[in-house]
Amino acid sequence: MIENQYVAPASVAAAVAALREANGAGKILAGGTDLLVQARSGRIRPPLIVDVKRIPGMTEIRQERDGGFTIGAATSGAVLGEHEALVAAWPGLIEAANLIGSKQVQGRASLGGNLCNASPAADSVPALIAAGAICVIEGPNGAREVPVEKIHVSPGKNSLAPDELLVAFKLAKRPAHAKDAYLRLIPRTEMDIAVVGAGVSITRDAKGVITEARVGLGAVAPTALLVEAAGAALVGSKLEEAALAKLDAAVAAACKPISDKRGTAAYRTKIACVLARRAAGIAYERAAA
Amino acid sequence: MSDGAAGGRTLKVVGQRPVRPDGADKVTGRAQFGADFHLPGMLTGRIKRSPHAHAKIVKIDTRAAAALPGVKAIVTGANFVLGEGEDIDHGEGATALLDVAINCMAREKALYAGHAVAAVAATSPEIADEAVRLIEVTYEVLPHVIEVEAAMAPDAPLLHANMFTKGVTPKPDKPSNIAQKIVMGRGDVPGAMAAADVVIEGRYETAAVHQGYIEPHACVASAGADGQATVWCSSQGQFLVRTLTAKILGMPLSDLKVIPAEIGGGFGGKTTVYLEPVALALSKQCGRPVKMVMSRDEVFHASGPTSGAVMEIKLGATSEGRITACDLTLKYQAGAFAGSPVNAACMAALACYDIENIALTGYDVVSNRPKVAAYRAPGAPIAAFAVESAVDDLARKLNMDPLDIRRLNGARDGVKAVYGATFRSVAFLETLEAVKNHPHYTAPLGPNQGRGVACGFWFNIGGESTGAVHIDEDGGATVVSSNPDIGGSRAAMAMMAAETLGLPIERVRATVADTTSIGFSGSTGGSRVTFATGMAVTQAAEKVVADLKRRAAQMWECEVDKVEWRDATAFCLDPSKDVKPLTIAQIAGRAARTGGPITAEVSLNAQGAGPGFAVHICDVEVDPETGRTTVTRYTAAQDVGRAIHPSYVEGQLQGGAAQGIGWALNEEYVYGPDGVLENPSFLDYRMPVASDLPMIDTILIEAAPNPRHPFGAKGVGEAPIVPPLAAVANAVRQAIGKRIYALPLSPPRVLEAIEQG
Amino acid sequence: MSRVLVTTTVNGESVEFLGGTRQSLLDALRDELRLTGSKEGCGTGDCGACSVIVDGRLVCSCLMLAPEAEGKRIETIEGMAVDGHMHPLQRQFLEHAALQCGFCTPGLLMAAKALLDKNPNPTETEIRYGLAGNLCRCTGYDKVIRAVIDAAAELRQAPDTKKAGAAR
Repeated sequence: MIENQYVAPASVAAAVAALREANGAGKILAGGTDLLVQARSGRIRPPLIVDVKRIPGMTEIRQERDGGFTIGAATSGAVLGEHEALVAAWPGLIEAANLIGSKQVQGRASLGGNLCNASPAADSVPALIAAGAICVIEGPNGAREVPVEKIHVSPGKNSLAPDELLVAFKLAKRPAHAKDAYLRLIPRTEMDIAVVGAGVSITRDAKGVITEARVGLGAVAPTALLVEAAGAALVGSKLEEAALAKLDAAVAAACKPISDKRGTAAYRTKIACVLARRAAGIAYERAAA
Repeated sequence: MSDGAAGGRTLKVVGQRPVRPDGADKVTGRAQFGADFHLPGMLTGRIKRSPHAHAKIVKIDTRAAAALPGVKAIVTGANFVLGEGEDIDHGEGATALLDVAINCMAREKALYAGHAVAAVAATSPEIADEAVRLIEVTYEVLPHVIEVEAAMAPDAPLLHANMFTKGVTPKPDKPSNIAQKIVMGRGDVPGAMAAADVVIEGRYETAAVHQGYIEPHACVASAGADGQATVWCSSQGQFLVRTLTAKILGMPLSDLKVIPAEIGGGFGGKTTVYLEPVALALSKQCGRPVKMVMSRDEVFHASGPTSGAVMEIKLGATSEGRITACDLTLKYQAGAFAGSPVNAACMAALACYDIENIALTGYDVVSNRPKVAAYRAPGAPIAAFAVESAVDDLARKLNMDPLDIRRLNGARDGVKAVYGATFRSVAFLETLEAVKNHPHYTAPLGPNQGRGVACGFWFNIGGESTGAVHIDEDGGATVVSSNPDIGGSRAAMAMMAAETLGLPIERVRATVADTTSIGFSGSTGGSRVTFATGMAVTQAAEKVVADLKRRAAQMWECEVDKVEWRDATAFCLDPSKDVKPLTIAQIAGRAARTGGPITAEVSLNAQGAGPGFAVHICDVEVDPETGRTTVTRYTAAQDVGRAIHPSYVEGQLQGGAAQGIGWALNEEYVYGPDGVLENPSFLDYRMPVASDLPMIDTILIEAAPNPRHPFGAKGVGEAPIVPPLAAVANAVRQAIGKRIYALPLSPPRVLEAIEQG
Repeated sequence: MSRVLVTTTVNGESVEFLGGTRQSLLDALRDELRLTGSKEGCGTGDCGACSVIVDGRLVCSCLMLAPEAEGKRIETIEGMAVDGHMHPLQRQFLEHAALQCGFCTPGLLMAAKALLDKNPNPTETEIRYGLAGNLCRCTGYDKVIRAVIDAAAELRQAPDTKKAGAAR
């Protein structure tokens, strides 16, 4: 194999074949905002880099006939933010994608990269989880679909095989009165890794009663979390204090955070409850429209 | 010499806001910074650094690295001249040469994680990186110590076997990590404290913070075949770089030419050398130019932050608010070598106030961290955090307005500071007054919001400077100095010369010269360039004016005291001469006939720098559920003497305030239990971004121009960073109703304080 | 290091260079094309000093690989002034004294240009968030924001100057 190879294949098949040949030592390049940082630090020295941005569909957004969306896994946050229909249907998810780093980073960083890099603090993942996104993965044995909450295995590790490629996210059509929101706590106003992230998606009926809710949390466990009990706590409520107290309890029970240079474990658990409440409130308000 | 009020004449250039003469290159990407040079045959230099906080270097095996094709030179500590300890005075404290040399390249021990232990030069960055990986270093890891009080403990791991605390009599019989103890004061503190109506106490802690210049250290070194050499570098003082580099390598100073590149920020952190001696040693070994640029990771691991500290303060006052006594102990981290700014901090800490009884104790303490370097008013912001928080507590206890209590006790003309100077021509009270009258001070506050005020002092220095003014044959002028321009000083130099010569600013260009092209100058720092180098430049311009008048007199055949100089033109006041005025261009065009080139160079050691007094107001809003703090409004006032170029003076106030805000809220060095820095990147070393700050309003007080400067200027660059730590802390105190005694005021710390009630 | 031939457009001109397969676009611009206006402040996308515009999108050139430049349209600080005439942003930065050491200035100007290209009438808050990826340690950002506000006003009144500043 040529040392320090860079390839930019024009098809999924070619990308998969290159990854297979590299036998686990190949790295996928989408926006590069994680990969290049890790390569520069010497943490990784991949003999093969596969740039997937020239593969048709990888950087595109498609609104399906049934009203759902298919988002190419390497689409940048900036491009996501310019898609009016996507922003209208999933404001929280797009907020999350456009909180990653800076405008410069958002010009490159993708949902696929953010997810597969598998940092527990990845900003887009709690929102992807709350949105119930489905990952479309292609490999030598064809395509498979996996709920996004099943991708994180442990910090830095995802559940894809070394010769598989995440090609797209599928988002279901939004019913009426369904919206999401994402909040994170960072010490500055921009640029920081989330100390805690909370994504909430809420569907409410004509009377304002919540009929569906999903809660995703980031940076409070070795992986991003789907907290089913938290969503369940909100269903049937209008976010009264009793429901919010159950939300707190479910969130606190799910948190298994660490203490590190960005925050202590106790602090993270507290903040997770605060952010889940606030994100639920914002999603609920948005869903009234 | 002209007086501070400019002799009552109307100023035409000084005080205006022209576009800076070096500006176009900076906004078009043409300006050349230290890493922007490419020379033929240039190699890339890289450094191997210790991963251990404290370790004996048992063996360094460079054979595999040397065998790698493309590697042209390798150096370790063994290649450096082992000089005796020598002090070099560069204005803001002496520098022990041996410490600087060992900091550039370790000898027997690695003293901090990141300490340089070897260096290579190779034909490409990739080969240099590979060569660094191939160097094998055998370490014997030693116990390490990081925090200042742990380092002071009697059983702490010892960094230097020959460190016996200076300033203690009798000299200690055992070495320790306390490099020096400083004691200064006056009066009877115990008695005054006992008699005080109210006593405020507090123990304060700050963490190490970095100057945070966006440009990493960078240089190119090129050794010639005859031992002479040239170094291009980004630094705050090319003469200092020359002195340190040449002495570390055992070269005569005249064999080394140092050319200053544009500098991408320094704030004191580039008033030393890290790479230059190493790059030059590599270049000498192979005879090719070597470029060395630090990565950001290296900047954090291996270039000086400023100290973290532990402080204990006790303030005694009357019930009317008159401070009668202060006892202050400062324990400052020095990093791996002696030299924290604790001495300057002791001198500056209480200088804003007229206090009769003062006891100051300072400890300079080493530990296994990078050697600290100067950071904008070195030592003063840290001490001000403690002092200004305590004064705030005092005001609150006595139900006094925080500005009123400072006015009551404030320094004014005739007051003697504890370090010996008697204040003259200071406008601290006027600055307090201006702040009190500013609309910010009385603007309403909303829920979860708080307002804090604080003040600060910095001596500013004068020192050695050289300035030259040359008149071109077409009547324009060039101003030459050797002070790197870190804040717009070229504009100020050109303006002062233009004012003196009577030329429009567009006809006066300012340049920064290398060490062979101008007389000696101390570094850019200490807020001294506009003062001292400006003085030299102005005196040179005045000599040129005298010369121009003499030549006009010669051309007119009249007495020289009959020549008036105005608007760059000579006017003949002798009624018996029927002559037209002579412009500078006309005189310059005939210079050969009247004595030759028209030029003057002045070297001086400027005395009489005016100290800077700053007063800041900060408003914050604190999220009570998360502890996250936002600065919502900020005003910075300062006694500036006279603002030569007001925009750049405002810029110093705004920049210093922003650094102080970052210091107060988010910046800190975080160490792991292994003594290794955990946040050596701009991701986790959090400096303020544009969305973190509001507009920063400024108030320039020109009530007391400095009589010792031709235009009345006082240094302005450093005082602005002194108040913000306490201004922010006092604002948070008001917002949450509780004092936090440690910085930074990170969200978890603030939330904990809120929840403790 | 392996190198590949990269053909791309920089500031309106077609260029070719040999780019390393692990070399960043920033290093390629600086070391292969000798366009040293873009700076490295951190190498990890946290300071914005290396900001360039690629196919109309603001990015950190330290986070792109040199071979990715193939076929792209790249704008750097060196292309901002056209035929020696400064872009209104450059002029306003000078008028407002919105730079001190000037090291972050190329990146800030590119970010400001990208912001105004997409949003010709930004609020102060939008400008602050639009420039949040560009660290400045000297100015405290105050005069930078004012310069961008005035440049935006100038461009809204005379849109032809905006075209003059854009890459051809």
